[in-house]
Amino acid sequence: MLETIYKTQSLINAACKAMGRQINIMEVCGTHTVSIFRAGIKTTFPKTLKLLSGPGCPVCVTTQGYIDTVLQLAQRKDCLIATYGDMIRVPGSNGSLEKHIGGNVKVILSSEDALQSARDNPDKTVVFVAIGFETTAPSTAVVVKEAAKEGIDNFCILSGHKVIVPAMAALLSEKNHKIDAFLCPGHVAVITGFGAFGEIAERFNRPCVVAGFEPMQIIEGVGEICRQLAAGVAEIKSVYSAVVTEKGNITAQKIINECFEPADGYWRGLGKIEKSTLKLKDKYSQFDAHKRFNISEKLGKEPKGCRCGEVLCGLIEPPECGLFGKSCSLQEPVGPCMVSSEGACAAWFKYGQGPRNKTSEQ
Amino acid sequence: MCLAIPARIVELNNDKAVVDAMGNRFKARTTLLPEAKLGDLVLVHAGFAISLVDEEEAKKTWQLIAEIDDFEQTQNRVSG
Repeated sequence: MLETIYKTQSLINAACKAMGRQINIMEVCGTHTVSIFRAGIKTTFPKTLKLLSGPGCPVCVTTQGYIDTVLQLAQRKDCLIATYGDMIRVPGSNGSLEKHIGGNVKVILSSEDALQSARDNPDKTVVFVAIGFETTAPSTAVVVKEAAKEGIDNFCILSGHKVIVPAMAALLSEKNHKIDAFLCPGHVAVITGFGAFGEIAERFNRPCVVAGFEPMQIIEGVGEICRQLAAGVAEIKSVYSAVVTEKGNITAQKIINECFEPADGYWRGLGKIEKSTLKLKDKYSQFDAHKRFNISEKLGKEPKGCRCGEVLCGLIEPPECGLFGKSCSLQEPVGPCMVSSEGACAAWFKYGQGPRNKTSEQ
Repeated sequence: MCLAIPARIVELNNDKAVVDAMGNRFKARTTLLPEAKLGDLVLVHAGFAISLVDEEEAKKTWQLIAEIDDFEQTQNRVSG
């Protein structure tokens, strides 16, 4: 363990010297964010190396418009909303799903449970709140295929699925971005393979390193990024070889491609990004809740004063938001980055560098 | 919600499995990992096995999940 730490420290020092300015590394996975804060990794790095939390938490990047649509459907007596637990506390323009639990909203652990709800409730249309990146998209695709095979016509999905690489490209295409490298998500890469990040390394000349979630794996990933920065190269690499391969899970990729096609779509904070969301293909359109209920995708209106969008782009850190720690806290969250346990604001608030730490220092 | 949980397949019937993670047993599907066999350690995400995993890596992740769980319980989070 110590060997890895010393090695990483020397790689960081070399990179800082070579770059001659502050280095910014962005992680794009909510689980990385939590692990980094929980282990206090940030505090072990020099001030010239900054870790930024990017758009890696699926709940956080889901738009207010999508959440409002789910809330509208939850009002309908003929609908049953099946959702992962992560989504229930996210405030829409008017309340959250939490108040409907036990009524028209059911919390599920797997897409399969959503389909089972449709079998069990033939008098209702079950709407599966399908959010998440490439890790969850294949499991949604599996049940859509099964619904088609079994002819379960009271089942549909409201696809909020997103793919991460177009969002990374969008961030790097902004003039004011300050991202030098990406720490890439481990379990998304299990599905996509680390080769999927090749476009970012080549087109934008930014190192992309896939790491696991345990603190030492993250430190090792940061070390590899610094090695590349010091050497002036941008490569794709995985330091999570126990489960991540270059090509990924081909079966899962095939199932995603069979059911979904890339579509332009909205992200909170990042706006509309080309080919960054997954839409059901025409042959499965009967399971598309957007079509079934004639809903158009919209961005929606952010809560007043909430700066989650800028947090998600790495432009500000949570305490720079005027609501942070005041009207927005873990107990009474305003924005999704505080609601979601994987959000940057929640991790910052819970694990330090937030107001509670300041209080304890006084 | 992108954290997958390592678990061992203790029952397997076509693509329907029962897996064991840290003594907790639950249902999982192997549809996305057709090569999975009885007794294999797999990464399970939202009810689906997505990859094989070795014992050492599984232990690291179990440890991490146990610690993160403490965090999530403070927020009455249900699942993900």
